[in-house]
Parts: sequence; structure tokens; C-alpha cells
Amino acid sequence: MAAVSTYKLQVPASTQQLALVREFVTSHAKEYGFPEHEVEEIRLAVDEAMTNVIKHAYRFDDSKTVHIILGKQKKEFWVAIQDKGDAFDIASYKEPDVSERVKLGLKGGVGVFLIRKLMDKVEYSRKNSHNEIKMIKKL
Amino acid sequence: MSTFSISSKTKEDIQVLELNGELDAHTAPELEASITTLIQQEQYKIVVNFSRLEYISSAGLGVFMAYIEDVRGLGGDIKLTSMKPSVYNVFDLLGFPTLYDILESDREAFDRFKTDNK
Repeated sequence: MAAVSTYKLQVPASTQQLALVREFVTSHAKEYGFPEHEVEEIRLAVDEAMTNVIKHAYRFDDSKTVHIILGKQKKEFWVAIQDKGDAFDIASYKEPDVSERVKLGLKGGVGVFLIRKLMDKVEYSRKNSHNEIKMIKKL
Repeated sequence: MSTFSISSKTKEDIQVLELNGELDAHTAPELEASITTLIQQEQYKIVVNFSRLEYISSAGLGVFMAYIEDVRGLGGDIKLTSMKPSVYNVFDLLGFPTLYDILESDREAFDRFKTDNK
């Protein structure tokens, strides 16, 4: 098995923490050696995933905690976000029609779509009421 | 915490909002409040200048998704100007360039409002 270094951060489920989480991920992605535009892609994907946890899994309850775990392997960099809130049902997910949403004046609803575009691989899992989204980017 | 601020100015009948800092789910409500205030004041010609905006997530884009049709229906528009490439890329990923006027400068946006009226 390839050597892996992991780093962890845990923060309250609040949008106030988004800047801190972005900074954590950005500094590691830079250090890992990604070019600037890929660092930006990882930063945005993690922000979108974290925002979804705060909004949908925990419904803005900042007494809850979100865990961010980051892993570095030889050719793969991953970020996992874990919560114990309401699970996201990826099976019923449909790609959004952005122009239709704009016509209807619907705010957002494009986070998952962005995460999938920005990262090489996205995995969802739920075990013992723990949810995890793992986002992987290859060097 | 994310730093974000908005400064505004008026150019004839056009309102210009200048965004500074980082626009995410924490700071997007501030932009939403500015835009809804303009709509309430019946100011429908809006230019949003992004030259000092360093970062945007979909929560920021969501504000533009929510109000553009209303503003256009009232005879105005929200035109977006002076984006850094990293910010433009996010709009581009979601296909916004075909839905919104995204321009190089405020000057172009003012000119575009004049031609819109003809």
C-alpha cells in the first residue's frame, strides 16, 4: 500500500468557517505541487461540499461539527468531509439545467455539479450514520 | 472569516456595485441585500464590478441566478464586469457567459445599456 500522510481539521457547521477550511486545503494543495488553477479547483470543490453539509446535512446548526480530512499519496490528493447529519442521496441526483434554473429564479443548486466537474473522482458513503464525501484529484 | 465588502456608485441612471474580497455562502447574503435594495428602489440598471473580487463559490453565483429574470422583466439588467480569470472560470463552468452580459469594463456595460434601450 502506498504511503499516505493525512491531516485533519474539525470546525463547527457554520459558514463562518468556510474561509478557514479553504485556507487549510489551499495551503496543502499548493505544498503538494498542484499548479495554481488546480489549487483553485480543489478549493472551490471543498467549499461547495462543506457548504452543502452546513446547509443540507446540518441545516445551519452550528452546534454540530464537520470533519475535514486530507490525504496525500504519491499521485493522488484527496479531501474527505464527514458529518453525522442528514444523508445526501446521490442516487436521486440529477444534473441541473442552469439556464432553466436562472429562468425560474432558483438560487444555486449547482454545487454538486461543480464538485464533479472540478475533481477527478467523487465518492459518497454512509456508515453507522456517518456521511462522507471524498473528493480526489490526481497530480 | 471571509472578508467581503461592497461599495456602490451611481452613473446617471445606472447603479454600480463594486465587490471586494471573497464571495461565499457566508458573504452572499450581503450581496443579495444590496441587489434587493436596488430592486426595491426601482433601480433596474445594475453593473456589478468584480475587479477586486478574489473568490466566488456557487452561493455567490446563486444571487445572480435568483434576480436576473426579475430585473430583466422590469426593463433592466445586471451586467457583470472586470472579472479575474479565476472568477470568470467559475461562471464559465456553469455556462453563464451565454446567459449574462459578462464584459471587460464598466464602460462597456454603460455602452451596452445605451444600446439595450434603442
